[in-house]
Amino acid sequence: MTNDEVKILQSQALRVREHIIRMSGNGGCFIGASLSCADLTVYLYNKFLNTTKENLQDPNRDYLFLSKGHDVPALYGTFVELGWLEKERLKNHLKTNDHIYWHPNRNIPGIEFHSGSLGHLLSVSLGVAIDCKLQKQNNKVVTIVGDGELNEGSNWEALLVANAHKVDNLCIVVDRNAFQANIQTEDLIPLEPLEKKFEAFGCSVKRINGHDFKEMDKVFSAFPFEKNKVSVVIADTVRGKGLPSIEKRADRWFVNFKDEEVEALLKELHGVAKAELTSETLTVR
Amino acid sequence: MNYEDLLHELATNDKRYIIITAENRAAIRTLPPKIEGQFLDTGITEQTMIGLSAGLALRGRIPIVHALATFLTMRAFEFIRTDVGLGNLPVKIVGAVPGFLSDANGPTHQAIEDISLMRGIPNMKIFCPADEDDMLKGLPKVFADESPFYIRYNNQKPLVEHEDFEIGKAEIFGDGKDIAIITYGFLFNQAYQAKDMLENSGHQVRLINLRTPKPIDEAAVLNTVKECKLVVTLEDHFITGGLFSILSELLLKNKLTADVLPIALMDKWFKPALLNDVLEYEGFTAKQIAEKIAEKIKVL
Repeated sequence: MTNDEVKILQSQALRVREHIIRMSGNGGCFIGASLSCADLTVYLYNKFLNTTKENLQDPNRDYLFLSKGHDVPALYGTFVELGWLEKERLKNHLKTNDHIYWHPNRNIPGIEFHSGSLGHLLSVSLGVAIDCKLQKQNNKVVTIVGDGELNEGSNWEALLVANAHKVDNLCIVVDRNAFQANIQTEDLIPLEPLEKKFEAFGCSVKRINGHDFKEMDKVFSAFPFEKNKVSVVIADTVRGKGLPSIEKRADRWFVNFKDEEVEALLKELHGVAKAELTSETLTVR
Repeated sequence: MNYEDLLHELATNDKRYIIITAENRAAIRTLPPKIEGQFLDTGITEQTMIGLSAGLALRGRIPIVHALATFLTMRAFEFIRTDVGLGNLPVKIVGAVPGFLSDANGPTHQAIEDISLMRGIPNMKIFCPADEDDMLKGLPKVFADESPFYIRYNNQKPLVEHEDFEIGKAEIFGDGKDIAIITYGFLFNQAYQAKDMLENSGHQVRLINLRTPKPIDEAAVLNTVKECKLVVTLEDHFITGGLFSILSELLLKNKLTADVLPIALMDKWFKPALLNDVLEYEGFTAKQIAEKIAEKIKVL
């Protein structure tokens, strides 16, 4: 990947973050997890998946499933940048005249399946991946899971089944932002050593910096990592990435910011000045 | 023709069908080698099986999934509700040994709230065949339907030859106006014999085999209520949420009331034993059912 290509992705990711920040007012969104995931969604849709606006119904398309559904603003933002979703529609966020709410649903073009209840889409995407193999198609199936989400046993059950059936067209991406909803993962239900856990379940694992496009490109280009094994990319990310005033903050899980705070955060994103934030975190989970 | 033959035929003629089990092969033991590429065993993983079936359905497949009714409808409940129900995907969920059919397994295996759970899910339909003949007549239409379906698997030997099947249409035996027995699934045979017994003692009886408790045949049930003196709901299910509840909701919706005798499991699990002994112990043999009904009609 050339430096110019990196710059193009970075500037798209910056615009995706702007969209996310705008969705954090007027009702709010899960801003921290959305920001940690934004570089991954930008990379995957631009460089890894063959999915385009034209082939969204084509059975030969690649699939992306967002199992940690609460970071769907990252997807909405990415879809706007890809031209799949009109930018104007983001103003309908949380409004009854549209379908853009806190968790994904199939009314939005590009969303493959609804999620919100954690630990579901690994098995759903497994079914898609199995069928692609049965139909002898070469689709790639990517499922983004959260690290906190890995508390759910259904993920590990699905992994056993996936590797038993040698589903090597499935790629699991862990958005390893190191936070559960309200607390750091390692302080509640420790996940490390996470590579070893996935390996013990039969997966082939690589670990990257989830904000470094060159690293992503190197690793995803090697997919599938091993024949007959599910590939897992543990992407180390920063919750709230791009906004120092909320980065790695346990209390910035879900926030409904005031208009002036949204404006201040947009400035902060562009390195103008750190935002003064007074809105409290809302606990919805 | 048995269940396995039917699946074999359907899968051979329509490649969209994919037969799946969470390592419960009782009803499909000889099938796997005959339908290569259309069979999956996910191991003892009800949640994963339902989730991946939703994924297969997204790809245009029609998954027919198998596991014990309890584990399917309860362990995997949220996956059924959220992935299959909310997705409105044509996954066909076949619950083995529902109701009394779990005989001596014990309460862990007693699916006697399954109707209650499944009917609460939007888009979900329910088929409870009376016996093997009813099941084989109904399944081709149930599998071809575009909705998710829960099926109470029941291959007991038939006492009657059933009429053609239609989703949402009950099968009615007789036109008696004293007593109507409304039932679904396995207890149909007991009800059928109880009807004979009651008729032999001078009562006019009609028997309604609901077939699909959801969508229910509202017209058939309402006509019955209007025409008959006593309505009996008979089910191997908790009193809560099953047929008695369905009837109650339907009557209230239509500003009706009726003399109803519910025969169900009254907020208790049943005594685990061999099937015939269970029926006897719990009071669900044809003779016991007929006696309960005769006693009730006496005081009306």
